[in-house]
Amino acid sequence: MIEIQNLVKRFNNILVLNDLSLNIRTGQTCVIIGRSGCGKSVLLKHIVGLIKPDKGRILVDDKEVAVLKELELAALRAKISMVFQGGALFDSMNVTENVGFGLIEHTNIKDDELIERVEESLSMVGLGGIGNLAPSELSGGMKKRVALARAICLKPEIILYDEPTTGLDPITADSINELIRFLHDKLKVTSVVVTHDMKSAYRIADKIAMMYKGKIILEGTPAEIQNTDNPIVQQFINGISKGPITEAIDTFK
Amino acid sequence: MLMLFFIDLGRKVLSFMYFIGGLANLAVQTVYSSLKPPFKYEQIIVQLKKAGYDSFPIVSVVAFFIGCIFALQSAYFMQKLGSEMYIASLVALAIVRELGPVMTALVVAGRVGASITAELGSMQVTEQIDALEAMATNPVKYLVVPRFVALSIMLPILTLYANIIGIIGSYLICVFKLGISSSMYMNITFDSLIYKDLFSGLFKAWIFGMLIALISCHEGFNVTGGAEGVGKATTRSVVLTFIMIIAADCFFTAMFYFILP
Repeated sequence: MIEIQNLVKRFNNILVLNDLSLNIRTGQTCVIIGRSGCGKSVLLKHIVGLIKPDKGRILVDDKEVAVLKELELAALRAKISMVFQGGALFDSMNVTENVGFGLIEHTNIKDDELIERVEESLSMVGLGGIGNLAPSELSGGMKKRVALARAICLKPEIILYDEPTTGLDPITADSINELIRFLHDKLKVTSVVVTHDMKSAYRIADKIAMMYKGKIILEGTPAEIQNTDNPIVQQFINGISKGPITEAIDTFK
Repeated sequence: MLMLFFIDLGRKVLSFMYFIGGLANLAVQTVYSSLKPPFKYEQIIVQLKKAGYDSFPIVSVVAFFIGCIFALQSAYFMQKLGSEMYIASLVALAIVRELGPVMTALVVAGRVGASITAELGSMQVTEQIDALEAMATNPVKYLVVPRFVALSIMLPILTLYANIIGIIGSYLICVFKLGISSSMYMNITFDSLIYKDLFSGLFKAWIFGMLIALISCHEGFNVTGGAEGVGKATTRSVVLTFIMIIAADCFFTAMFYFILP
């Protein structure tokens, strides 16, 4: 269970998260939607303890992330994997070393078992047999899938996805959606997905939460989100250039 | 106008204080992490090669020419006094006590320090450092400690090597151009040097090695703003390292002069 309570975060006096609260049940896939730069990635980084909140707290399995000691935080992070927006693959390592990084660093796994686990993860994202390639030899979409393989290799309980399908072709994007669903259905992984891709959001979400001006303004099932009367959510999910979101920006200008 | 000058000055002072605070914080974390198991020997060996072994060619060239130049410049004055034979002791003392450690540190700061900042800075802007942390790996332990240990080991070794090469450069000029006999040159060189000269030079080199590692890693970790930010941080890192090396050199030279005369 992930409980986000009254989270506030400012960067250089700009309020990014404004009293944001959200609960995500164990095994649930929660998709967070919102405009670019609204603080979705910042929220994900709070969950894994990469950023500390100014106010409020985040509880993961009843443990408050921001106050955990080094060893406790490491134990919590061992249960959480994060797929970064650009992949964040380590340039100095090949694909096998990247995908198996967590296993190499934190376990005494033998080489043959490591290769087996890495290949299993790579096959799940449709990239078997590329273990010897360097990240610089991969396309943007492949990097993203390798990052996903790295996230699932450690068999985490929680996976945080930062725009997992952005920049991928529709077929690959759909295979990633299927993989997220598979992890949800078979392995009961709790997923928090940040995306703009509404098609993807409807396919994978148990719950969709819309973030606007640093708050969650609406949360509900995909059907509830699609049928809401909220004009802000309607403008966003239908991708309309004129509406309350853009009017607010125009007024500000 | 005057007000703006003081505002700008105040900002620069504050920025420098933040830098010193950040550097001290990183130094404490690095020393703590380097003493705490598990120890990453493979990473240290990789860095020993990158920072140390690969620096031997450039250190050789610089040290050799500095030795030659110093001998020639000393000869200009010493010949007027008719004391060419003392060039050997002058060069030996200057290189072992001062030029060897400082020149080697500046060369390594430019070659290795800049590359560390650029590498870590690129990792920072592409979220690789966040990824490390998210995978329960302490970036200080994983990235800073191997570079810190490697540079603090390799700088004294490179300095010792630069001392020898610098003295060889000077020897060649003195023996083959100025007509000083080989045995006399060697005798004067070794007679003029005492252990304290060598020790103070190598001690300073050890300090410089740690400074280069800490400053370049600190600047790399604090990169913001993409490729332009990496470029700016690299320049800042080299400039700050140069200033800190010279300042530390002044401090430790004074310390050895007054406390251990």
